[in-house]
Formats: sequence, structure tokens, C-alpha cells
Amino acid sequence: MPQILVQDLAKTYRVAERDPGVLGALKGLVHRRWRTVEALKDVSFSLEAGELLGFIGPNGAGKSTTIKILSGILRPDSGRVEVGGLVPYQERIKHVARIGVVFGQRTQLWWDLPVIDGFDLLRDIYRIDPVCYARTRDELVALLRLERLLDQPVRQLSLGQRMRAEIAAALLHEPDVLFLDEPTIGLDAPSKLAVREFVKRLNRERGVTVLLTTHDMHDIEALAERVIVIGHGQVLADSPFEALRRDVLRERWLFIDFVDQAPEIDLPGVEVRARDGRSLELAFDPAVVGAPRLIAAITADYAVEDIHVEQPAIEEVIAKFYDLHGAAEA
Amino acid sequence: MPDAIRPYAAAFAARFQLMLQYRAAAVAGFATQCWWGGIKVMVYAAFFANAAPGETPITLSQVITYTWLAQALLVLSPWSGDPEISQAVRTGAIGYERLRPIDTYNWWYVRAAAWMTARALPRALLMLAVAGVAFPLLGLEAWSWRPPADALAFALFALSMVLVVLVSSAFVMLLNISAVVTLDERGINTLVASLLIAFSGNLLPLALYPDWMQTFLLIQPFASFLDIPFRIYFGGLTGWGAAAGLALQAFWTVVMIVIGRAWMVRVMARLQMQGG
Repeated sequence: MPQILVQDLAKTYRVAERDPGVLGALKGLVHRRWRTVEALKDVSFSLEAGELLGFIGPNGAGKSTTIKILSGILRPDSGRVEVGGLVPYQERIKHVARIGVVFGQRTQLWWDLPVIDGFDLLRDIYRIDPVCYARTRDELVALLRLERLLDQPVRQLSLGQRMRAEIAAALLHEPDVLFLDEPTIGLDAPSKLAVREFVKRLNRERGVTVLLTTHDMHDIEALAERVIVIGHGQVLADSPFEALRRDVLRERWLFIDFVDQAPEIDLPGVEVRARDGRSLELAFDPAVVGAPRLIAAITADYAVEDIHVEQPAIEEVIAKFYDLHGAAEA
Repeated sequence: MPDAIRPYAAAFAARFQLMLQYRAAAVAGFATQCWWGGIKVMVYAAFFANAAPGETPITLSQVITYTWLAQALLVLSPWSGDPEISQAVRTGAIGYERLRPIDTYNWWYVRAAAWMTARALPRALLMLAVAGVAFPLLGLEAWSWRPPADALAFALFALSMVLVVLVSSAFVMLLNISAVVTLDERGINTLVASLLIAFSGNLLPLALYPDWMQTFLLIQPFASFLDIPFRIYFGGLTGWGAAAGLALQAFWTVVMIVIGRAWMVRVMARLQMQGG
């Protein structure tokens, strides 16, 4: 029995619409038009305990809606959801006691309270045993380097500091499952690294099941072995990240600076991407010609000053994937 | 503390302590309420000057005491929904409200109660010090906030004030839930404020309305927020009358809680959260 089971999940929203301008506003008073937005059409996947799953997709694809249904906030129109054997929206109170959730764009800590008071309040709200609480809190404070922030009101924290405090707040009750909705949004590089490192350790060392959504592909690269790509409310791909890369954009790039003018290169499986004086950029398919053979062939015929191989950036892989599936936001 | 009530007690304490910190707001509110209280007292005095003694349903000194009580306890009336909740509705933080392993209605209810009582406490004490203690010492006895009719009246008044907190919080909950439905609490708050001014006794003690309205005025829910305890205080409602007043307050509390809970279940089942 998987820890998280999602089957044929569907959810629609009703959105009020009106024509632009004053006339449109007046018309809306008399007759309101509703438009139905299909946030989720048919989403199915399952997750074993201890897995770390990355959930990606363009804006409006249905990632957050899925997380909100999994965490018991929203009720789906149809389909089956179970987390640890519980149906989130039916047994909300029992369910939410066992999960931790962080929404990167919102705050769960009390704006005017010092961080430590917010933690203490959560201790009572989750009815955590005081001894367990003190131990968990001290661990989290040390791991997330919160010592110096504890007596500051939340509103005085920087975004990076606040996000670390938010993650600690979501883990005080030692949940089995952690949902992270864009946890690195807006963070600077060191904060992103700190968050990634922490999530990775939490998953590896504590076996906490993690489901995270993000637009930062480096989050995915650093964290998730398994990736689900969602678009238009449907699962477009569910595979290890490397497999996704192989399927979508397997080419690699070779950058060469020649001693003289860059020559014409005509080899099977190789394309010229750009040429500029003495520099040449080639795209090659490693399944047809391997990097060592290609480099050997070129350096045998020409005098080369510098040479290096690159993989297309992960953003490009994903953009290409969205493109192939027509998934980019309209 | 038993685990069942631990979250709610903690939420109450946290909100209460936080609200007590807003000292400038308390002083400003107190000053405004003194000013309005002074104007109202003078207007009543002008009215009563032209009334034949013994023909008014309550005396001038009772009306003056009623006025200072009303000014002191102004913020115990449900003038608006809880700003913390309407803020959470607008920012989407309401999602987090549903992520806590506790009953959302009870949680919001205790927060509303803490919000109102913590704001009322400093204002009421200041008003008592000025209108109840300083005025008599300054020889302004006729204009002052008088002690309750007798010890029993005071005990019943205290009980009735507890019911005020319970019934007002239940009403704030109705406003909170309507904020979740409409996403904007301003319209309903304006409407409620005018009903409160007219029907709670805030503008005019309900006893001074025409006789044919009296039964309706006592039974309608807004009397439970203010008029019933104040009538008990100065001895306008005694014996079975006082008991009936307390029963009405309890009745409206239960009705509002039952409606609020049923409504909340419906609203939360249809909750939509758009964007990010």
C-alpha cells in the first residue's frame, strides 16, 4: 500500500466573468456569467513512504491544487485520494496532524509574534508532548540555524530567514509526510542551498516522504530522483529526472576555440549551433557519436586552443518538454 | 491542562496578550469614547430637563450610568468580523487555518473572544477610573457612573457580561464566515454596525423606545449584546425579568453557534483557493 495514492483526481473552479468597462460591470450586476476552469482533469500517481518526489509544471498547471487536496484544504470533484490510509478531506483533523505543509508564498507563523512564541503556540495546537517538543525544536533550530532569530517577531525576518523558520514550524510535530509548495521561491542562492540541503537530509536520514513543487529546476536536479510533470491538469510525465532528460533533449553541446578560423565540420549526428570567428558551437547526439570520439576526431584534424562539453541547462529541457506537449500557460 | 482544550486555551492566551500590547489604540479609543459619552450625557440631560419627573421609564442618573457602561464596553459589541480572519481570507493564509488538527470553528471562536475582551479590558478600566471614581471625587456626582443597584444585581450583571462575550463571539463568527464567502467583509460590517447602533441600546437605551416596541426590542438578538446586562446593572431588570434576560442571551448564543457551525461546514466544503 503506497503512502500517497491519487487516482483520477479532478477539480474544477467556477470563476465569475464580466465584460470590460462600466457597461460590463453593470451587466454583471444583473446577470453573472460563470466560467469553469478545470484545474485538475485526471491526475493519478502514487508515492511510497520515504520517496522524494518533485512536482513541476507551468503556472496554472494544477500543482498547488493537487497539494491543497492532498493536505485536506480542498475537496476534489471526483477521484480517489489517500494519504497514509486516510482520505484527507473526510478525516481532516486526523490527517493534518500527520503532515507538514509549507506554502512558499504564504506565512503560517504569526506575523507579530516572536518566532519562538509561534513555535510554542504550534506545540499546543498540535498537542505535542512538551519533552518531545523541546527535543524536536532544538534539533530543528540547530539544523536550520535559527538560534539568533528565535526572539525576533516574524515580520522582521528576511525572506530566507522566514522560510527556514516556516520549515521548522511545519516539522515540530514530526510529520511522516512533508508537502512543500514552492519552498525556494524568491530566496537568494545561499538560502536556496540551505533549504535543499535540509530537505535532502530530512528525506535521507529521517525517511520523511517529501512532495515538492517548484519552478526552480535546480531544486529538482538537487533533490528529486523522481519527477512528475503536470500540465493542463494532467500528468504528462512521471519518471526519474535523468530519463526525462534522455527522452526530451538528449543532445549535448561542444564548445571549441580553434587556433585559426573555425572550419566546416560535417560528421554524422553533429549539428552546428553557432559560429563566430575562431569559435564553434556544436550540438551532438551522444547515442550516435560519443564525446571522446568527437573530440578526438576534431583535435586530430585541427589545432584547437580550448574545448569543453556542456549539457543543455535543465530549464531548456523542461521548456522543450512543455513545448512538445503544448503545456505552456496560455 | 487537558489535551482537549490545550490548543484553544493557548490560542486565547496568545491573542489576548498580543491585543493588550496595543496601548496607544486603547488610549485613543478611550479618549473617543469619553468624548462621545460626554456628548450623549449632555443630550440626555437636555431631554430629561423637559420631562415630567416620574413619567420617564428610567431616570436620568440611570441613563447616565448606562451611557458610561456602554462607552466603557463598546468593543464587546460585534462591530465587525475578526480582522485576523478577513486578512487570512484575502491573503490566502486561510489554507493554513485548515491545516491545524483542531476544530476551525472553536479555534476562530476563542480568538474572537480574546480579541474582544483584551481590547475591552483597558478601555473599561480607564472609563471606570474617570467616570466612576474621578467624577464623584471632583463633585460631579450627578454626571458619574453609579454603582450597581445591589449585590445581587452586580452578580447577575457579571454573569450577563460573560454571556455578552459568548454571544458576541458567536456573532463575530457569523461575520467571519460571511467574509470567507464574500471575500470582502466591508459591506456586511457596515450593515451590522447600523443595526447595532439602533437595536443594541448603543444610541439610546432600549427602555426609552416607544412602549409598543418593547417586547420586540427585548427579544431581538441585538439586545443581548448590551441592553440586557445594563438593565440588570441599574435594577431595570430584576427577579424573573433578569432570569428571562439571561435566558435570552443564552438562547441567542446557542442559536448563533448552531447556525455558524452548520454554515462553516458548508462553506469549508466548497472552499476555493485560487492562484499560487
